[in-house]
Amino acid sequence: MDMTRRAALKTSAAIASSVLFPMRSFAQETPRKGGVFTVHYGAEQRQLNPSLQASTGVYIIGGKIQEQLVDLDAKGQPVGVLAESWESSADGKTITFKLRPSVTWHDGKPFTSADVQYTAMEMWKKILNYGSTLQLFLTAVDTPDPLTAVFRYERPMPLNLLLRALPDLGYVSPRHLYEGKGDIRQNPVNLAPVGTGPFKFVQYERGQHVIAERNPNYWRANAPYLDRIVWRVVTDRAAAAAQMEAGQIHYSPFSGLTISDSARLGKDPRFIVSTKGNEGNARTNTIEFNFRRKELADIRVRRAIAHALDIPFFIENFLGDFAKRGTGPIPSVSTDFYPADNGPQYPFDKKLAAKLLDEAGFKPGASGTRFSLRLLPAPWGEDISLFATFIQQSLADVGIKIEIVRTDGGGFLKQVYDDHAFDLATGWHQYRNDPAVSTTVWYRSGQPKGAPWTNQWDWTDPTIDKIIDDAATEVDAAKRKALYGDFVRRANSELPIWTPIEQIFLTAISAKARNHSNTPRWGSASWHDLWLAE
Amino acid sequence: MRVLVLAGRRLAASIPTLFLILIGVFLLLQLAPGDTVDALMAQMGGGDAATARQLREFYGLDLSVWAQLGNYLWRLVRLDLGFSAIYGKPVATVIAERLPATILLMTASLSLAFFFGLILGVVAARGVNKWPDTLISTLGLMFYAMPTFWFGLMAIVVFSIYLQWLPAGGFEDITVSYTGLRRTLDIATHLVLPTLTLGLFYMAIYLRIMRGSMLEVLNLDFVRTARSKGMDETRVVVRHVLRNALLPMVTLIGLQAGTMLGGSVVVESVFSLPGLGRLAYESVIQRDLNTLLGIVFVSALLVIAVNFIVDLLYARLDPRITTGS
Repeated sequence: MDMTRRAALKTSAAIASSVLFPMRSFAQETPRKGGVFTVHYGAEQRQLNPSLQASTGVYIIGGKIQEQLVDLDAKGQPVGVLAESWESSADGKTITFKLRPSVTWHDGKPFTSADVQYTAMEMWKKILNYGSTLQLFLTAVDTPDPLTAVFRYERPMPLNLLLRALPDLGYVSPRHLYEGKGDIRQNPVNLAPVGTGPFKFVQYERGQHVIAERNPNYWRANAPYLDRIVWRVVTDRAAAAAQMEAGQIHYSPFSGLTISDSARLGKDPRFIVSTKGNEGNARTNTIEFNFRRKELADIRVRRAIAHALDIPFFIENFLGDFAKRGTGPIPSVSTDFYPADNGPQYPFDKKLAAKLLDEAGFKPGASGTRFSLRLLPAPWGEDISLFATFIQQSLADVGIKIEIVRTDGGGFLKQVYDDHAFDLATGWHQYRNDPAVSTTVWYRSGQPKGAPWTNQWDWTDPTIDKIIDDAATEVDAAKRKALYGDFVRRANSELPIWTPIEQIFLTAISAKARNHSNTPRWGSASWHDLWLAE
Repeated sequence: MRVLVLAGRRLAASIPTLFLILIGVFLLLQLAPGDTVDALMAQMGGGDAATARQLREFYGLDLSVWAQLGNYLWRLVRLDLGFSAIYGKPVATVIAERLPATILLMTASLSLAFFFGLILGVVAARGVNKWPDTLISTLGLMFYAMPTFWFGLMAIVVFSIYLQWLPAGGFEDITVSYTGLRRTLDIATHLVLPTLTLGLFYMAIYLRIMRGSMLEVLNLDFVRTARSKGMDETRVVVRHVLRNALLPMVTLIGLQAGTMLGGSVVVESVFSLPGLGRLAYESVIQRDLNTLLGIVFVSALLVIAVNFIVDLLYARLDPRITTGS
């Protein structure tokens, strides 16, 4: 392993304590009904319907109001929500869902297979980001009766891919409020969502708060416990930490606080700060290489850059216990796909880096500089900004001069994925429980120019293209896993992108909360069992 | 009547300026890489090229820059501020929703700054180079030098976390719904810290200006005349000196009414207030041109109005300045 022993010990201790701690304290209590749970909402979105937009900023609200066909259970395995059971035909082209009976929408209308049909064909396939790729070969959804939805595909759809994608990309919307009501994107229901979930939408004051209240007709017996959920819009991270301390906020999801405030609140007995409940939202820090630069098109240079960075040092000193050394495009939390052998890992070795650069023909000039590169850090989090500075200083040691160019989100996507005006870029790759959802597009050639988070590196590799295509339609789960092992090893040896750090989002939550962080995508989950102790 | 003529002339002179400002902002934002669809993609965490194309058509971004600008100006002539990309509502509605909080915060902190700046400035000037002056000037310098975000956060730490006297942020308590007088009181308690944070900074400026201006007027001949008439000191200061020393203060308040409207992004973010500053910041990040131009338009109108009022005040304070004719 590349990890230092100290870091490894610290990490394993942190994981062990975060797993054991909730069990110990919650075992004896009886759930309390009532209470208002307040949530830190850092970045307002343009709409709240998760059938139309797959992002944590929508799930954190819409995921309590609307429900999906399938979610992930505590062990990360698919569990039915609006679907009770499912089966796939032998050829993988027909997947049948049996739906939950006697479920009603918040406006009293019954939930039926017609809703699933409409949402799948009009929203998931046409509008939803990642959904449109996932459902590209979906030709029809048949509804033989109100509680059966039959998905028909042109090409085989692996059942385990669909079941792992649907927790994020399978939220159902009420057909009767959308059909024949004009442009789906402009429907006012998107900002006042109607669902089947445990909480009913009440009010959204832009720039201030969102309020939802208990759904008295929820289909799960005795749920939910909370009276209300209030999301408070707080854009300043330091102010959010202060509001948690002042008792105005119970929960800050998805690493919403600064690294230093998270560490500070973690020592305060009134709060729990942990990565638990976010295993389904793993991400890796990336370094993207632009092959249009002749230096970076040389694999020796890319490998030299990887060898020049002391990743364990960076993690230990800047990210603490909340990150670990990444091993490849599939993070280690993905038990279904994480390969036993990840291929080459590029441990820190400055001498080897210099030797590789010499061999590639880039000798240091009079000032000790071999060549200069422009590095674009994505503005998604402070870890990226720190990492960019770390890359700059580490590469200066081996004679590569880095100019850091900082932009905002829109500017970053435009410059990297559309204008290709970068040499190196560093950001996050979000892993979404199955590599076919949002991982393989980073490597597959032929991505249209301008599509964000896709292969825009001017790198084409027929070998990896074939592996990706084969895996996407392989219906045998074991064979699919093996193919993704090949994919990871090929990605690591060719190194069009390097994924040196693996992180899971951090949760900061009041110690009064019970039944929290109990599923791998808890921040996005419905919170039907969440309650607040006195 | 003369006032109306003056107002008309002022407005006519402002219209070309207003259009130049709007065209300038529009073109400046074109220079920033990325458009509102890129910003939306960044927020969503992904999306394919076909979706992006659909969205660009939806937001009217498939047209040329000049066609977009032309459309915008044509709408503006008909007093239509357009549709906000991030809010999915007419820009006029979005701005109207944010105005109350902004105006409340601004009036409260400007009044605080003006009132205490005036009093402290007078006190300092009367005891020039004695201990009240030294104390007030030092305090003023401290408030002026302190970064507002830090002052705001420290105020939260002291008054909300340790003493628990005041809420740490927000415009009103949303976990309970108050009405009537109780609600007014609730909003007032929420605004104490932001008003102090913003007001103390401006107070520091006002008190320096007031002190300097008082000292200057105190040495003028007419003050000596007033004193030699045997007038008591308080009357001299209030009736003769203060009135003349107020002119620079009024000028300053006119200038700052405009900047304060857009300049409180920091205070609004730290205290989670739904104001125009944060809206403007968000519009830039999200490349929401219509909303940003709408805010610029409203702010410009406000600056023009405030400057007009300031002109009238000048004439009242010092009859030697006429309203021009």
